Amino acid sequence: MVQFNEVQEGEVLLELEDIHMYFGRVGALAGISLKVRKGEIHSVIGPNGAGKTVMMNCINGLYRPQRGHVYFRGQNIDRLRPHNRAKLGIARTFQKVEVFGGMTVLGNIRLGRHIHLRSGILSGSFYMGKTAREEVEHRAFIEEEIIDLLEIEHIRDKPVGMLPYGLQKRVELGRALALEPELLILDEPLAGLNLEEVEEMARFIIDINEEDRWKVTCVLVEHDMGVVMDLSDRVFVLNFGNKIMDGTPEEVQNHPEVIKAYLGEEDLYATRR
Amino acid sequence: MEITKDLSIPKLFVQQAQRYGDKVAMREKEFGIWKPITWTQYLQNVKELSLGLISLGLNDGDKVAMIGDNRPEGLWAEMATLCARGTAVWLFRDSLMEEVKYIIDHSDTKFMFGEGQEEVDKAISIIDECPKLEKIIWDDPKGMRNYDQDYLISLKEVQALGRELDQKDPGFFERIIAKGHGDQVALLFYTSGTTALPKGALLSHWNLLRMGKNLMSVDPCKDTDDFVSYLPFAWIGEQMMSISCGLQIGFTINFPEEPETAQENIREIGPHVMFAPPRLYEQMTRTVQVKYLDSAWIKRKCYALSTKIGYHVAELQFEKKSVPFYWKLLKWLAYAVVQKKLKDHLGLSRVRNAYTGGAAMGPDHFRFFHALGVNLKQIYGQTEIAGISVVHRTGDIKFDTVGIPIPETEVKITEEGEIISKSPSVFLGYYKNPEATKETLRGNWLYSGDRGFIDEDGHLVVFDRSKDVMTLRDGRPFSPQYLETRLKFSPYVKDAWVIGDNRDKVVAVLCIDYSVVGKWADEKKITYTSYPELSQKPEVYALVEKQIRQANKDLPEVARVGRFINLYKELDPDDDELTRTRKLRRAFVEKRYDDIVEALYSDKDRVHIDTTITYEDGRKSHIKTDLHINTIRD
Repeated sequence: MVQFNEVQEGEVLLELEDIHMYFGRVGALAGISLKVRKGEIHSVIGPNGAGKTVMMNCINGLYRPQRGHVYFRGQNIDRLRPHNRAKLGIARTFQKVEVFGGMTVLGNIRLGRHIHLRSGILSGSFYMGKTAREEVEHRAFIEEEIIDLLEIEHIRDKPVGMLPYGLQKRVELGRALALEPELLILDEPLAGLNLEEVEEMARFIIDINEEDRWKVTCVLVEHDMGVVMDLSDRVFVLNFGNKIMDGTPEEVQNHPEVIKAYLGEEDLYATRR
Repeated sequence: MEITKDLSIPKLFVQQAQRYGDKVAMREKEFGIWKPITWTQYLQNVKELSLGLISLGLNDGDKVAMIGDNRPEGLWAEMATLCARGTAVWLFRDSLMEEVKYIIDHSDTKFMFGEGQEEVDKAISIIDECPKLEKIIWDDPKGMRNYDQDYLISLKEVQALGRELDQKDPGFFERIIAKGHGDQVALLFYTSGTTALPKGALLSHWNLLRMGKNLMSVDPCKDTDDFVSYLPFAWIGEQMMSISCGLQIGFTINFPEEPETAQENIREIGPHVMFAPPRLYEQMTRTVQVKYLDSAWIKRKCYALSTKIGYHVAELQFEKKSVPFYWKLLKWLAYAVVQKKLKDHLGLSRVRNAYTGGAAMGPDHFRFFHALGVNLKQIYGQTEIAGISVVHRTGDIKFDTVGIPIPETEVKITEEGEIISKSPSVFLGYYKNPEATKETLRGNWLYSGDRGFIDEDGHLVVFDRSKDVMTLRDGRPFSPQYLETRLKFSPYVKDAWVIGDNRDKVVAVLCIDYSVVGKWADEKKITYTSYPELSQKPEVYALVEKQIRQANKDLPEVARVGRFINLYKELDPDDDELTRTRKLRRAFVEKRYDDIVEALYSDKDRVHIDTTITYEDGRKSHIKTDLHINTIRD
């Protein structure tokens, strides 16, 4: 595998270069370029069908664009499959939660830890030396860093399928965090949550972005403008596969085309009542 | 152990810590594992913290407030305050800003312990209005990275200050402990107050220790016992178990991981002694009833049979008759097949004594627990008497009474029917409120404001708060609380409010239990989107009516509920409708819902509601709805 350099805060961590993506004759992305700097929360907004999720799928490798390149830590990762990209430190959550409903919360989160497990199938099946040691280490990480952070102590042993939607979203975030990612793609983490859950989720996103322990760079796809404008360092506006603009939240809010294309004439913060 | 006037809580604490050394004093579940803290560690932490408080400038008699969940640090903070000769003030964790401000300001609090970001935020928002508040101490670093106000200090830093002081002057801690005396004020405790602003009751070390001693002489605990501390420390009952009794006996105090996990953690620990307000027992009953409705046919049959046996045996015991051997055999069977498991699930399998107090508990709940074989006892007392004065004795339980006074306690009834009591635990007075003190403390007697009488067996019967007692149509006095607790025995009813003082009939306002009724509605394929909508469904009205008819049975005709309404929201302490311990604030709700009360006494069958409610985050919502009124016809 290629060698990857460490990226310092403020430098470009992820870069999309002139991405074109077609499904048959339908163009989903038409020459999109994006630079996400380490330590930032970079939001992607746009109306339904603008191509936001396609863009995310291109980042983590679920789709391979027909033209253009994806760079992570300065290296081209075009040819890497999703699981290899995950190993590099790209984790994501999905717009519709994709958790394992029959497994417990703990089981789901442990699964995210998989890429960090080093012991082999033999020592695993007999639970010998290394496996036992590893398990203790990973348990401590999961309990102290993730469960405590996301405040899901009370549901640890519950099957995820039986939990309310808001908690399932939290579990999914927990699983993504278990990867200890450098870049986290959040695809509509607040959709379908009630006000209280939105506030909590926003707090968690700030925590994982700012807390010294985590310092995770986030790409956030979201419709809740209030949250996007409050949380983001930069906002990228997409419409019908085209970039409208990329700038600070203030710039975006004052951009006439953005207001027309997406936000409407209404007050920006009035999206959630 | 002898409790003398010379003994203070810190003196006792140091003695016990030396005596028990490496025995486990407390446990906290953290990151999924129970972590023990020995008496030596407990002492060490408290010592550092209390010396730290002194270096920060705590003087004799200064007030230190505490807010937060039950956790070791909370107890350390309280103990450290007492060791440093300060006075501890506890606040309910969910107190609204106004209450926090009032109590911090009124109590002249100098330092305030908050758990983490949430509590610190509360403190920061009031610090400008509370000039006497100097420092805010926090212990949970989560979310605290961006706070740099210089009045904030972490618990660890305070302890470091304490260690410095200890190095400079090694015998200081021991000297300051030795200065303690039983007559000093230990706690400034704010009573929840069903009518007015909270009043601060001053309790001395002697008050607390003497009360613990007397309770323990009735129902001794052992130092091998486990106790789970999960109810707010701002409730006197929790103080009485964790401090007054716990310290004397030396049992292990267990702290749950999070408030949400308390029930599960109780089950893991299996405590030997328990003290909780009725609502928790009500909740347990409701859980059992709902799970029962949900379970398979065979399980339901087994449960029904074992309950029948349980009820019969409990009934015999209540009547103090001997239980014949074949009933004993059946009881054992019921235990082996059903009750053992059930008790285990409720965390009651090892409970020797379970107490309920703080509000009235219905006889139905009482029977329920005794049928299960849980030795549930009623406690009666107030904050002003350091917690309790009257308790049931094992084998002498009458569920319409609260038992007989603990040793050294005299209870009398005045000519007006008010309960008054005298004991070494009667408080010193209200802080900065001589009028209230004069009214409550008359010649060493504590006037409770409760009406009651003493029955032929010497048991105290508490009727109700004097001001709440209703006069029925036929002139008989009647306790609305009694009827409310009966209504609440139904799993579908969460809260009830009975009205009928000097009226021609008794009416009720009910709050359905959203989760239980919601589940019931799901099964019945009744669609709903919200509490207000569900509460107004005709099917739900029919269901609630059935529950009322059940409660109405064996009541005199004049006391029966004749008309009722389902409220569009649950009663909530945040809206001032309930106290923090979930007692109904009658005068307040009567004013707030006067249009509903009026409609209940008219012949209308609906009432129009047009009101604005304010959420905690300041958003407002406009509610416009019609509430139905149902008349119960015989």
